[in-house]
Amino acid sequence: MPDIKITPLGAGQDVGRSCILLTMGGKNIMLDCGMHMGYNDERRFPDFSYIVPEGPITSQIDCVIISHFHLDHCGALPYMSEMIGYTGPIYMTHPTKAIAPILLEDMRKVAVERKGESNFFTSQMIKDCMKKVTAVTLHQSVMVDNELEIKAYYAGHVLGAAMFWIRVGSQSVVYTGDYNMTPDRHLGAAWIDKCRPDLLITESTYATTIRDSKRCRERDFLKKVHECVEKGGKVLIPVFALGRAQELCILLETYWDRMNLKYPVYFALGLTEKANNYYKMFITWTNQKIRKTFVQRNMFDFKHIKPFDKTYIDNPGAMVVFATPGMLHAGLSLNIFKKWAPYEQNMVIMPGFCVQGTVGHKILNGAKKVEFENRQVVEVKMAVEYMSFSAHADAKGIMQLIQYCEPKNVLLVHGEAQKMEFLKDKIEKEFKISCFMPANGETCVINTPTTIPIDVSLRLLKAEAVRYNAQPPDPKRRRVVNGILCVKDNRLSLLDIDEMCDEIGINRHIIRFTSTVRFEDPGPAIKTAEKLQNLLTEKLEGWTITISEGNISVESVLIKVEGEDDSTKNIYVSWTNQDEDLGSYILGLLQSMVQYSPMKE
Amino acid sequence: MKLYCLSNDAAKPCFVLSFKELLIMLDCGLSSHSVLNFLPLPPVPSTRLASLPNYTPPHHNDPLLEGELKECCGRVFVDSMPEFCPPLDKVVDFSQLDVILISNYTCMLALPFITEDTGFKGQVYATEPTLQIGRFYLEELSEWVCSSGSGSGSAKRWKEAVHVLPAPLADVVRPRAWRRLLAPHHVARALARVRVVGYDEKVDLYGALDATAVSSGFCLGSANWVLRSAHEKVAYVSGSSTLTTHPRPINQAALRGADLLVLAALTQTPAHNPDHMLGDLCVHATVTLRAGGSVLCPVYPSGVLYDLLECLSAHLDTAGLAHVPLYVVSPAAEASLAYSNILAEWVSAGKQARVYLPEEPFPHAALVRAGRLRHARDLHDDSFSADFRQPCVVFCGHPSLRFGAAVHLVELWACNPLHAIIFTEPDFPYTEALAPFQPLSMKAFHCPIDTSLNYSQANKLVRELRPRELALPEQYAAPGPAAAAARPHIAADVPTVVVRRGTARRVGGRRTLARGTLSGSLAARLAPRDLRAGLRAAPLRAALSLRDSRLHVHSPPPGAGGAGGAEAGGRVECGAPDVEALVRELRRAGAEEARVERGADGCIVHLPRHDTLVHVDAHATHVFCEAGADLRLALRQALALTVPTI
Ligand SMILES: [Zn+2]
Repeated sequence: MPDIKITPLGAGQDVGRSCILLTMGGKNIMLDCGMHMGYNDERRFPDFSYIVPEGPITSQIDCVIISHFHLDHCGALPYMSEMIGYTGPIYMTHPTKAIAPILLEDMRKVAVERKGESNFFTSQMIKDCMKKVTAVTLHQSVMVDNELEIKAYYAGHVLGAAMFWIRVGSQSVVYTGDYNMTPDRHLGAAWIDKCRPDLLITESTYATTIRDSKRCRERDFLKKVHECVEKGGKVLIPVFALGRAQELCILLETYWDRMNLKYPVYFALGLTEKANNYYKMFITWTNQKIRKTFVQRNMFDFKHIKPFDKTYIDNPGAMVVFATPGMLHAGLSLNIFKKWAPYEQNMVIMPGFCVQGTVGHKILNGAKKVEFENRQVVEVKMAVEYMSFSAHADAKGIMQLIQYCEPKNVLLVHGEAQKMEFLKDKIEKEFKISCFMPANGETCVINTPTTIPIDVSLRLLKAEAVRYNAQPPDPKRRRVVNGILCVKDNRLSLLDIDEMCDEIGINRHIIRFTSTVRFEDPGPAIKTAEKLQNLLTEKLEGWTITISEGNISVESVLIKVEGEDDSTKNIYVSWTNQDEDLGSYILGLLQSMVQYSPMKE
Repeated sequence: MKLYCLSNDAAKPCFVLSFKELLIMLDCGLSSHSVLNFLPLPPVPSTRLASLPNYTPPHHNDPLLEGELKECCGRVFVDSMPEFCPPLDKVVDFSQLDVILISNYTCMLALPFITEDTGFKGQVYATEPTLQIGRFYLEELSEWVCSSGSGSGSAKRWKEAVHVLPAPLADVVRPRAWRRLLAPHHVARALARVRVVGYDEKVDLYGALDATAVSSGFCLGSANWVLRSAHEKVAYVSGSSTLTTHPRPINQAALRGADLLVLAALTQTPAHNPDHMLGDLCVHATVTLRAGGSVLCPVYPSGVLYDLLECLSAHLDTAGLAHVPLYVVSPAAEASLAYSNILAEWVSAGKQARVYLPEEPFPHAALVRAGRLRHARDLHDDSFSADFRQPCVVFCGHPSLRFGAAVHLVELWACNPLHAIIFTEPDFPYTEALAPFQPLSMKAFHCPIDTSLNYSQANKLVRELRPRELALPEQYAAPGPAAAAARPHIAADVPTVVVRRGTARRVGGRRTLARGTLSGSLAARLAPRDLRAGLRAAPLRAALSLRDSRLHVHSPPPGAGGAGGAEAGGRVECGAPDVEALVRELRRAGAEEARVERGADGCIVHLPRHDTLVHVDAHATHVFCEAGADLRLALRQALALTVPTI
């Protein structure tokens, strides 16, 4: 089975609801199991009926791998495990396992309690689902079964985000999830070794963007916030509780400290402390600097940032509020937005990507009025700013990752079709490798060359090395062995003939030919032998000719000289059946020597 | 494969394994028994220790020895910077080492001696907790020994005179090989070489081997190492525990079926059950505190300390002693306590579950927040001495009582029978540790807690793991018949190799195969035939190439030179010819005079007109042919038709 098949159920030429089916070596692997934040209907979850229209799904999927805790990557997991009935293995990193249930519960509350949706998973289902998860550590080689191996690499992006390398037999795939190739204030950059996968499945959110330096964006952000609060405006920063929020908090905290500012800064109540605790406990997943200094000062203990209370919404005067969720699609951030949007001294800063269908997406596209389900219409007079702080790799970063791991093929997901086209072109031109970008539900088949593991006899290799080294050095000379290929229990080995015979318990039968050449050459036999050796050395260039106790040998050909000092010599030439060509050549050589020998009297 | 043993302390192992042309060092433990021969280095000047009388051996006249030896409590001590016993450096050239694999932080303290100023060019691998906590141990040692010892000299004349000194100095082995600790910058450089690995992470060693650290259950980040080539597996089991404490449990499955199992660092106190000892400690501490005395536990800055803090604080709570403060005094105390709470991925499932809440895996942080537990760099920390209250429990080093804060506290409390000192670390005999502090009025208890495998656990483990061969340091092997007394040892029903310090032993079987890859295109051209059920074979002529030290087998270039072999004719003869058929074939080819003469173990086919004989026996057919090439080729053809082949 040298093919690798990929079918995106989500994230195919699309951002949101990552869910990709991978088939290789007879194994089916689900990469991420996300939900779409822009929908409230069944389009929210991946179409699992694609995998099996009916009946149990577990037998069709060998494992599910979750790259990180963002809901567009794990939001459908409880639905799949508790409502569709998947009972197989699920893998994610420790921080993801710790944080994902909190975000899932948060989302569930918004969906069920605020929007009154039914047929949604319950709190208990989230708990039951997480019990089925196997947590993995970075670089740990995990054998899902005897043939399927997975390994996590650091992806940056958010706490605990990982890329996964997946191998079955000699085929391998790397799935990046979301990643970030530049370190930020709290996380390091993604890293992978030269693992040369057959296929790299990479996100391409910022496929066409080469983002300006981080420092510039940070300065810009701080300037905008500062200007707004100076004029008495309120700044709303919709964030997800974990991720960019911590980075921006660290940024504001240090700025407020340095500038000695007194404007209140709030963080949505509840998750703050808990979220920061996760960062404290999984500090090994943050960046070098934070790890080095955490004993003296924990970066996640904030001095200026206080918990937010709902009653503060109507407080007069300037303030900065971090509120969840990040795309203004529900919850507190949306409530605050509704109140503050009609006033032009206020400002909303969207620090990340917003999927289609969300309020965030609408206002970023210039909407001046937003209509809600209950016909409520909100005028947007506040300033709307977009600052790309979401930690995705940009085009440069994606190219860099390709360079790091040297894949044989690339497949783009988690991006917009148009931008993907551009990047696909660039990758194919620059790396001379194939690049694919299937749409949702479309299957992509990738051929991979097969290599088969084989055990080679050391005896065979050593004999070859002896022959090779005996010849004059020639870098162009190929190294060649002759042996017997054995296939046993599906395992291949290349053996020496005698080893092979031992292996199967048979005695080799040797066929040998011997002929005699008479040679008038007075003198001791050893002298004659030396003459022959010289002749052979001259005629058989590149062969190893040895002489011991008067016997000359070339491969299996033996040449022996007998006879009294003063009489005719008998030259016996003997060779095995396998060396007929060489043996008969040498015999012919000696026969003609005898005929034309100047020594002949 | 060859295995060298460089350490004489089985609990602080150091082996070197030569495996697939690599020299791999397994652990680099630092034996510190030697420090017991030295006078304590008090962190605060001690008049008692400063005014000890000189010792001069009777009938020995060496003026240079003057002042090197002191008499204290009826024993002779060396008055000098304490010295340690690193692994032997004469057996293996450290500059030739390719890799050092470290199993846990108690087995790595000699690292600077191996890697610094020795020409070492290899790589060092350890888990993240091993590196971090190993750093605490080394920095603590370095700070205590180097800072307080800077005043004392470096005595060495006494090493030439051990034969005239009283015991135990008279019995020390090879004191000339003892070394002072290396300077802090050497330590820092050695630690900077360590590459961090996770459990179950396959580390590629120069393309020749994979090395994997697997959990050993002994302490945070402790690992056993599994080395694998395509055909061999070596398991290095060092400092393992099958008990349930705070670290991740031992991963036994990964160690199964090894060709060679090297066993090291078993418990040093096989007669003491660690659980009972922990219970005893709590009782002794409670009794002492109730009576108004304080408790001193000489400990290392990590490891069992975490369990002690957790158990003792809980025990004191139930005993109504919740107000008693706990102090940890060490240059590494703060960092060690902080680190213990961020190593979520390295702790037991129970502790891990707390992290998901999220709460700290250990109760230390909560104890610190509640003011029960305090830590200080040293005893004179202002903040520490300001609110030092007694009775209390103080955890501080060094367990040898030769340097560190513990020296000062023993000096201070020795004469008060209300106080108690409780020894938990197993590295030093406690009576030896206390020797320079006699007479002692404070109570001394010995509750060694060593969670490493004891002998019966180790025997059971070896039985379960079923290695093909077992290698042991001599301390763990059955004592010879000449031995005075029986002692616990490893008795496994497995071929066992015993290695003595300074020697090497050949271990493991001989390799016969190398792993490579076969190109798909070549494989597709092969048509193996059935030789017998389950075995197929085909002659193969192939080109070899070596890339990144990986062997690749692919299609040979057309007409490439090379010797004969199976491919000539593509067959292997595997039995004697059917002589009757041979004669028939020869007749058909025109040699009609063939005559068969049968003998005892074969027969001879005569072709008198052609001056040719064919000797046939079970193993060989020999053709003596004095006729021309035509006849020989006819014979060859006839044989090809009548000899069975594969
Ligand atoms: Zn994400």
